[in-house]
Amino acid sequence: MKRIVYINDESCQDLYCDNRVSNRKYTLLNFLPKNLWEQFRRFMNQYFLLIACLQLWSLITPVNPASTWGPLIIIFAVSATKEAWDDYNRYLSDKQANEKEVWVVKNGVRKHIQAQDICVGNVVWLRENDEVPCDLVLIGTSEPQGTCYVETAALDGETDLKTRVIPPTCVGLDSEQLHRIKGVIECPNPDKDIRRFVANMRLFPPFIDNDICPLTINNTLLQSCYLRNTEWACGVAVYTGNETKLGMSRGIPEPKLTAMDAMIDKLTGAIFLFQIVVVVVLGFAGNVWKDTEARKQWYVKYPEEGPWYELLVIPLRFELLCSIMIPISIKVSLDLMKSLYAKFIDWDEDMFDAETKTPAHAANTAISEDLGQVEYILTDKTGTLTENRMIFKRCCINGIFFGNESGDALEDVELLNAVANNIPHVIRFLTVMTLCNTVIPIKSKSGAISYKAQSQDEDALVKAAAQLHMVLIGKNGNIIVEVFAEINFNGSILQYEVLDILEFTSDRKRMSMVVKDCQTGKIFLLSKGADEAIFPCSNSGQQIRTFMDAVEQYAQLGLRTLCLGWRELKEDEYIEWSHMFKEASSTLVDREWRLAEVCQRLEHDLEILGVTAIEDRLQDGVPETIEILRKAGINFWMLTGDKQSTAIQIALLCNFISSEPKGQLLFINGKTEDEVARSLERVLLTMRITTSEPKELAFVVDGWALEIILKQYKEAFTELAILSRTAICCRVTPSQKAQLVELLKSCDYRTLAIGDGGNDVRMIQQADIGVGISGREGLQAARAADYSIGKFRFLKRLILVHGRYSYNRTAFLSQYSFYKSLLICFIQIIFSFLSGISGTSLFNSVSLMAYNVFYTSIPVLTVVLDKDLSERTVMQHPQILIYCQAGRLLNPSTFAGWFGRSVYHAIVVFLITIHAYADEKSEMEELSMVALSGCIWLQAFVVTLEMNSFTILQILAIWGNFVAFYVINFIVSSIPSAGMYTIMFRLCTQPSYWITMVLIVALGMGPVLALRYFRYTYRPSAINILQQAERSRGPIYSLGMLESQLKSVEKDVASLSINQPKSRSSVYEPLLSDSPTATRRSIGPSAFDFFQSMPSRISSSYMRNCKDN
Amino acid sequence: MMNHTGASATGSSSGSGDGANPRRNSKRPKYSKFTQQELPACKPILTPQWVISVFILVGVIFVPIGVAALLASNNVVEIVDRYDAACVPNNMTNDKLSYIQNKTISKTCTRVLTVPKDMNQPIYVYYQLDNFYQNHRRYVKSRNDQQLRDSSKANETNYCDPEKTTPDGSPIVPCGLIAWSLFNDTYSFTRGNKNLTVNKKDISWKSDRDHKFGKDVFPKNFQNGTLIGGGKLDPNKSLSEQEDLIVWMRTAALPTFRKFYGRIEVDLKENDTITVTLENNYNTYSFNGKKKLVLSTSSWLGGKNDFLGIAYLTVGGLCFFLATSFTIVYLIKPRKLGDPSYLSWNRNPSGR
Repeated sequence: MKRIVYINDESCQDLYCDNRVSNRKYTLLNFLPKNLWEQFRRFMNQYFLLIACLQLWSLITPVNPASTWGPLIIIFAVSATKEAWDDYNRYLSDKQANEKEVWVVKNGVRKHIQAQDICVGNVVWLRENDEVPCDLVLIGTSEPQGTCYVETAALDGETDLKTRVIPPTCVGLDSEQLHRIKGVIECPNPDKDIRRFVANMRLFPPFIDNDICPLTINNTLLQSCYLRNTEWACGVAVYTGNETKLGMSRGIPEPKLTAMDAMIDKLTGAIFLFQIVVVVVLGFAGNVWKDTEARKQWYVKYPEEGPWYELLVIPLRFELLCSIMIPISIKVSLDLMKSLYAKFIDWDEDMFDAETKTPAHAANTAISEDLGQVEYILTDKTGTLTENRMIFKRCCINGIFFGNESGDALEDVELLNAVANNIPHVIRFLTVMTLCNTVIPIKSKSGAISYKAQSQDEDALVKAAAQLHMVLIGKNGNIIVEVFAEINFNGSILQYEVLDILEFTSDRKRMSMVVKDCQTGKIFLLSKGADEAIFPCSNSGQQIRTFMDAVEQYAQLGLRTLCLGWRELKEDEYIEWSHMFKEASSTLVDREWRLAEVCQRLEHDLEILGVTAIEDRLQDGVPETIEILRKAGINFWMLTGDKQSTAIQIALLCNFISSEPKGQLLFINGKTEDEVARSLERVLLTMRITTSEPKELAFVVDGWALEIILKQYKEAFTELAILSRTAICCRVTPSQKAQLVELLKSCDYRTLAIGDGGNDVRMIQQADIGVGISGREGLQAARAADYSIGKFRFLKRLILVHGRYSYNRTAFLSQYSFYKSLLICFIQIIFSFLSGISGTSLFNSVSLMAYNVFYTSIPVLTVVLDKDLSERTVMQHPQILIYCQAGRLLNPSTFAGWFGRSVYHAIVVFLITIHAYADEKSEMEELSMVALSGCIWLQAFVVTLEMNSFTILQILAIWGNFVAFYVINFIVSSIPSAGMYTIMFRLCTQPSYWITMVLIVALGMGPVLALRYFRYTYRPSAINILQQAERSRGPIYSLGMLESQLKSVEKDVASLSINQPKSRSSVYEPLLSDSPTATRRSIGPSAFDFFQSMPSRISSSYMRNCKDN
Repeated sequence: MMNHTGASATGSSSGSGDGANPRRNSKRPKYSKFTQQELPACKPILTPQWVISVFILVGVIFVPIGVAALLASNNVVEIVDRYDAACVPNNMTNDKLSYIQNKTISKTCTRVLTVPKDMNQPIYVYYQLDNFYQNHRRYVKSRNDQQLRDSSKANETNYCDPEKTTPDGSPIVPCGLIAWSLFNDTYSFTRGNKNLTVNKKDISWKSDRDHKFGKDVFPKNFQNGTLIGGGKLDPNKSLSEQEDLIVWMRTAALPTFRKFYGRIEVDLKENDTITVTLENNYNTYSFNGKKKLVLSTSSWLGGKNDFLGIAYLTVGGLCFFLATSFTIVYLIKPRKLGDPSYLSWNRNPSGR
C-alpha cells in the first residue's frame, strides 16, 4: 500500500520504474499483430475477412478475389496508417520529454542527465520556467520563505498560479545542504488524484528534526507543471515515468457509441440473418437443381461422384455472391462523413466566441449524430448558465443594507461615508473580506497589483475591498506556516501575520483563518462561508435575524451570498488548538475528516459581521437557448452545488421553470429518511396527477435528500425522473452529478451533460455526450468533453443545427448504402434462377468493385452538404427535432422502405433488361453492362430525389459521377485484353440501349415519385410542411440569382422596415432576430425573410420592384 | 547558481502527449461558404404543378417512342421453325437420345418454310436454343482467353476444367467446356431449285476476330477424347477464322438464346417456299432443349421484339393516368402547401 522513498540513496532506486514516459500503444514489433487484432474485434471486419478468404477458393468464387481483398486491404491500411501516425507522434513527443536535460544530484554532485534517467529518490533541480519532469516533493526554493509558484494548466487546465511551499522540516536548508540531504518519504502508491497527496517525511541526521513532517499536495510539484516567478526550486522524485499523477490519469477513454451506430449495427445484423436465409434456401435449391437437371446437361459435364464437400459448394458460392449485401463501403463513408461533421463544428463561425477567442471544437469526431438525439440536458449552473464573472454588488453590515437603492454597494454613498468615518463594524467587515482568502497579490514592476485567485468569489471580494480603500498589497510568507499579509488602508499599512488557514472544503462549506494583528498582537479568527455553514457557529447572543433576511433577500435576486464572521481568540486557547491542528494535519489516515473536526472546535461563537452578495450574471442568450431547446422537446436538469434559493432564482431567470401559476415547484426535502420518503411520495403523486394538465412541473431536490433517495428509493426516483421534464438539484457533489447521469442513461435516455469546471468532469465523462464550456474555471471540463464551446448559447446551434443535420445525413447515407448493395445483390439473386441456380455472377469483378467503391459511394457522400431545412427555420421551429430524437429517419420501418425499394428496383432493372435484350442480343457481357447501367441511372435519380438541397458540389458529384461511369467504361472497353472489350461502344451506338435506360428510370422512379408526392402533399410530415413554408415564403432560388436578389433586398428592406417597425415582432419570434447567432446574417436573409412574410400584396409588389431593378 | 541550464526551457515546449494548447492558434475559423455550410443551394420541392407536369411530359415523350418501337418491331419479318422433334425419325420418337447418339443413323433432315411477307435482304439466319444454360457457373468459366489469343500460351489451360487436357496430358486448344460443346447443326437453303447461299463471313464480332482469337492459333487435340461434345474444328484454320466457334464462345446470358448463323443476301418474296436441308447433329434431347431455325430481317431496334414498344406505351399511359388523377385530386381537394397550422405542435399546444 505504501511506498517508501529514500532521498538521495543510490542503493535502493531500482524498486520503482525509471522516468521514461511512454504514451505509446504499440511498439515496432507488436504493431501489426496488435493493430490487426484490434481491427478484427469488429464484427464487420471479421465478416469481410471471412468473405475474402472464401473467395480465394477458385471453385466457389463468382468474382475475382481482388474485388474484396482490394477494398479490405485499403480500409485496413487506412486505419492502420492513422493509428501508426498517431502513435509515431506520441513516440516523438515522449522522446522529446524523455530526452530533455535536467539537473539531478547524483552521489552528492549535481549532474546534467536526461529526464528519462531520473530515479525515485533523486533530488531534481529546476529553474524558472522549467517543466517539472516527474512528481516531486518540494524541499527547497530560491525564495527565503520556501514558496514557489507553479502553473498547473497542463494538469488541470487552471491558468492561475498556485503557491507551493516546502515542508517545515526543510526550511532554512541552503543549497549545499540540499545536495547532501538524506531522509525518507512515506507516501501512498501511485494514484491519479491530482488534488490529494497524503504523505510524511522524515529527515536523517545531520538534519535532525526527528519530527514526522506531514506532506500535502501543497508540498508537491507535479509532472507537466511549470515553475514560474521563482528562480529555482528542488525536490525529491517520488513518482516517475508512467506512475506519476498525470501518467496515471492518462488513458484512452472508452469509445462512445452513438444510438445511430447501434441501430446500424442492428440493421447489419438483420441483413446478415437475411443473407444466411437466402444462402441456405438458394444453396438447397441449387443442389436440388443440380441433381435433377444439371446432370442431364451433358455440356456441363458434372462428374458422377463429387468430393465430400460438394454439397457445400453451391451454398458457399451464394454466400459469396450475397456478401455484398453488407456494403464494405459503409464504414469508410460513415467515418468520412463523421469527421466532416466534426470539422463543420470546428469551422463554424457562429459558434466562435469573440470574447474569449475560442472556437467550438469537436474532440470526439464520432458522435455528432447523437447531438441530434439528445433528450436530457444536465447542466451545471455556475460558469455554464452564468458568466462566472463575479461582481460584488450588495452587502449587509451589522443589519444595515448597502447597495439596495443603486444596485451597487460600491457606489453607495452611505457605505463610502461609513468607510471614511472608520465605523468599526465596517472596517472589520472589510478586513475579513481582504484577509480571509487564498488570493495571491502579485505586484508588477510598475507597482500595480494584480490578484491571482482560485475562487472567483474571493477575487470579487478582494477587488471590492480594494475599491473601498482596503487594498491587499502583499503576502509574504516569512516562514512557512506564518504568512504576513500587508494591507494598505487609507494610506496606512496594516500588517497581519497569518497563523493558520482552515481550508475550504465542499463538505465544510466555509473557510477560516487565524491571524495575528502585528500592531496589537491580538489573535483573530476570521471566517467566511455559506449561510448555513456560518450561522450555526454564531455567537448565541447575537441577533442573526436580519442577516438571515438579508441572505433570503439576496438569494431572491439571484445573488450569491457569503457570510462573514470573526472572533477574537485568547492566546492559550489558540496554542492549545494549534497543537491539535498540527497533529491532525500530519495524520495519514482520514486526514481531511480529522482536520474538519479540529477546525470545528475553533469555529464557534462567531460574531457575524455581515453578508456579501455577489452577482454572477447570466450569460448572453441563456434564457432564449433554454426556451428553444425546451421547445425542441429536450428536458433540462440543473445540477448545481449552489444553494436552493439561488438555484431556483437563476432557474426562473433563465426560463428554466415558469413562475406560478403556470409552473409549479415541488420540493423534495427532509433531514431524515422518513421525511425524504414521504416527501418523494407526495411529489410523485402530484406529478402523476398533473401530467395531463398543461402545467409545468419541476421538482427540486437537494444533495442531502438525493443521497438518501439514490440509496434507498431509486425506483420511485426513476419514475419521477421519467415524469418530470425539469428538475433542479442543488447542493450536489460531483459524484452525485455523475450518478444522476447514470440514472437517466439507465432509463435509455440520450443525455448531454454540460459544464465548465472540474466538478463537472465526472458528469461530462459519464454522459452520452459531454459538452465543456471553456470557461473561467479552467479548461478541465473542456478537455474531458466531447465538444467544447465558448458560451452556453452555442448549445442550441450545436444541437439543432449540427446535431440535427448530422443525424439526417447519416440516416440517409447508411440506408442508401444498404439500398444500393441490396439492389445489385437482388439482381444477382434473380439472375441465379435463370442460370441454373449455379451461382454465376451476372456482373464482372471490376464492375462490382467499382459499383460499390466509386459509382454509388461518391455521389452520396455529398449528402454531407444536404440541408432539409434552413438553419433559421429549424431555430424557429425547434419542435422538429423530435424527428431525430425519436429516430424517425432511421429505424426498422424506414429501413424496410429502402429494402422494398431495392427489391422493386432490382426487379425493374432485371426484367426490363432481359426482355429488351432477349434472343440474339442476350450476350453475357452486354446484358450485364445494360443491367449495371440501369442501376447507375436509377441511383443517380434516387439520390437526386432524396436530397433536399442542391449545391453546385452535389450536382457535380451526382452527374459528374454519372458521366464518369461512362468515361471509365469507355476506357475499360478499349482495352483489348479486358473481358468487356468494345462492349460499351457497342451499347452506346444501339438506340435500344438508351431506350431501355429511359424505360428503367421511368418505371423505377415513377411510382417512387408518385408515392412521395402523395405523401408530401396529403400526408406531410412536419419537415415537409416547413419545407413548403420555407419555399412559399421565398422566391425561387436559383444559384446565380440568389446573390443579386439578396443585395437588392437589403436596400429595399432598409426603407421598408422603417415604415413598419412593429410588424417584425408580430410575425417573428423576436428572440431569434436578437440572438447573436443571427448577427452576421441578419441583414441578409433574415430581413429578407421577414419581408417575405409580409402580407403577400406587399411582397408581390416588391417582387416587381426587384425585377425592375 | 543555476546559470548553466541553457535557455532550453522557456516554457515553450509543453511536453508530453496531448495538444499543448487547446485554444488553437488559428483562433477564428476561416470563413468560406463551404466551411459555414452556406453554399448557395436550390431546394426544389414537390409542388403539384411540378409533379403533374413531369408526369405529363414523360407521357408525351413515351407514347410516340412506344408507337415507333412497336411499328419497327412489326415491320420485322421473322420465320421461326422448331425442328428438333420433327427431325427425329418416326420410329425413334420414344428414344431420341439413342437416335442422336447413334452415329450410324443419318441426321439429315429437310424442312419446308413459307415466307409470310416480303423479306428484304440481308436476312439473318439464327439458330435458337431453349433451355440451354450457357450461363451455368461450371460452363461459363470453362475457357481460357489467353490460350485463344496467343499461340505461345497453348499450355495455359487454367479454368478449363474438365476439358483441359487429353488423357495423356497434352493441352487441348481451344480448351474448356464452351469450345468442347460447340454447336454443330448445319443448314442449307434452296428456293425452288436454286440454292440460297448463306454468307457465313463476318458473323462474329470483328473485335473478337482481331483481338480475342489469335490468327496463328490452331486447334490442337480438339475433340480427340473418348467423349465427343459438339462440333469439330478444321485444324488447318486459325481460330480467328473459325467464326462459328467465335460466335458460340460469346456466351449467352439467358437460357434461351439465338446465335448468328449467317446471312442470306437475297430478297425473299411473300409465299416463297424455302427448303432447308439440315444436319441435326447437336444433342438437346437429353435435357429437353429445343432447337429452332430463325430467319429474320431487322430494324433500327434490332429483331422482332414487341417488349419495348408495349412497355413504353404502358408507362406513357400510366403517366397520363397519374397526371390526370393528381390533377383531379388537386382540384377537388386543394391543399395549401406549407400552412403552419398543419404542424402538430401548432394544433396541440400542450406538446407531445
